[in-house]
Amino acid sequence: MSALLSLQNVWVEYGEKIVLERVNLDIAAGSFVSIIGPSGAGKSSLLRIVLGQEAPTRGAMLLDGEPLTPECGPDRGVVFQRYSVFPHLTALGNTLFGLECEQAPFSARLFGARRRAAVAEAREMLAAVGLGDSADLYPAQMSGGMQQRLAIAQALVKRPRILLLDEPFGALDPGIRQDMHTLITRLWNEYALTVIMVTHDIREAFSLGTRVLTLDKRRHDPHAPHRFGATVVYDLPLSKRASAASTGGITIDTVDNN
Amino acid sequence: MRWVNRRIRRRQGILLGAIPLLALALTYLVIAASRHAANPNDKIFPIPGAMAEAMARLLFEPDQLSGRLLFWADTFASLQRLGLGLGISTLSALLVGLVLGALPPVRATFGPLVTGIAVIPPIALLPILFIAFGLGETSKVALIVIGIAPFMIRDIAAHVSALPQEQIAKAQTLGASSWQLMLRVALPQAMPRLIQAVRLSLGPAWVFLISAEAIASDIGLGYRIFLVRRYLSMEIILPYVAWIALLAVAMDILLVRSSRRLFPWAHGAAH
Ligand SMILES: Nc1ncnc2c1ncn2[C@@H]1O[C@H](COP(=O)(O)OP(=O)(O)O)[C@@H](O)[C@H]1O
Ligand SMILES: [Mg+2]
Repeated sequence: MSALLSLQNVWVEYGEKIVLERVNLDIAAGSFVSIIGPSGAGKSSLLRIVLGQEAPTRGAMLLDGEPLTPECGPDRGVVFQRYSVFPHLTALGNTLFGLECEQAPFSARLFGARRRAAVAEAREMLAAVGLGDSADLYPAQMSGGMQQRLAIAQALVKRPRILLLDEPFGALDPGIRQDMHTLITRLWNEYALTVIMVTHDIREAFSLGTRVLTLDKRRHDPHAPHRFGATVVYDLPLSKRASAASTGGITIDTVDNN
Repeated sequence: MRWVNRRIRRRQGILLGAIPLLALALTYLVIAASRHAANPNDKIFPIPGAMAEAMARLLFEPDQLSGRLLFWADTFASLQRLGLGLGISTLSALLVGLVLGALPPVRATFGPLVTGIAVIPPIALLPILFIAFGLGETSKVALIVIGIAPFMIRDIAAHVSALPQEQIAKAQTLGASSWQLMLRVALPQAMPRLIQAVRLSLGPAWVFLISAEAIASDIGLGYRIFLVRRYLSMEIILPYVAWIALLAVAMDILLVRSSRRLFPWAHGAAH
């Protein structure tokens, strides 16, 4: 099977500082890729260039064989840890936004039958993430978990080719986080999503992912730490998802001893 | 209990707030009464009766020259100038501020110009305005606009450009163009801030209005105050000042109320 997303010799530098070097990566359609690594390794940077928020300094990125433009677009959905929803729109308004932009280039608002159709679709999406009864709430009236559910619904309504998550559950309580894991796994199955998720929770990475990538520096220059960037040092496909929990403990040790 | 922890209930707050006002009024009355007893013609601290008498003339008796009720004509003229100045400033702050804040190339091109205009003391431009627009209404409104619009534009531009990058990226992944982003993401979030900016600009706007009226006018609240100053007519100046304060407070309350009403999401309301 050919890769949905392909990164070829990608480098990310900020001035003198090399953050990522020689990243080569093929991501198959339908996979759930977890990315872990120490703080500051460049996990968010990697996600940002895939998202198109920033351009890589060097290298090529292909989505479905086509070069990716360094600009965000509806083919890639995203959920950040915070600020992913619009505070001035209700849950329904937030979910409608993507449909309105697509169908009404000038006014970005829909009326009549087209609005009713879009509202029905948005409500269905809200129900799918468990916000069916909260359509009229503003984000400020929602808990952190509800806001992240909304951010997911908002992204999925556009049917993105690939969904990017940057520590989406990092700010949530453990109990809520467990609910969110169930939710994202179900959505991943139901909507046949391809997901790339950055997390600092190793257990989460292994329990959700079909593949776990570890970003870290291969080489260190103690006198000039900015000279070398991080790259993919471990690439673990997890074939049997049921056994993921038990192998998780062992693999954590491997990563820690690194 | 520590003072920082004391909570004041609404009725208590009204009561507490009234104390200094009443004390001030009482002090004034005592001083006015004692000075009036010593010298019945004292002009500096007029007694309430004298104020009421003078104001009644302005309020209810047509002026012999113009045939107008001066108090109302003054109020109307001043509010019209203020409203025009505020309206033009608010509209330009919204349009220019939004474009400057949302579009980096526009910000790079015109940002320094706006900053440059903003640092000029507006009163220094008043002669230029008088020369350019004459002594009529235009130059007075223009002074208010020049005085407050640059501040408001910069405030809105800064607010829009400080919207979280995550939100801007998210909107684009949802298919938003630059135009749609400005219309649906930046504009609505700039609105409560705009009302805030208008509130903060009300004080300076009044200053510029009164200055312009004091220098060149034949009607208006500021004009009247500076006119009767020649006769030491404190019995007119004091009620006029109180009236201006009342108008300013009313506008402020109106702005706060409308912001809460129109943009509940920005006030954490309905919790
Ligand atoms: N815009 C930027 N300019 C300069 N350095 C940056 C910028 N963004 C990130 N960095 C640096 O890149 C490194 C990786 O950051 P990041 O991708 O956020 O790491 P992670 O998400 O893995 O914690 C950090 O050392 C950070 O300081
Ligand atoms: Mg990060």
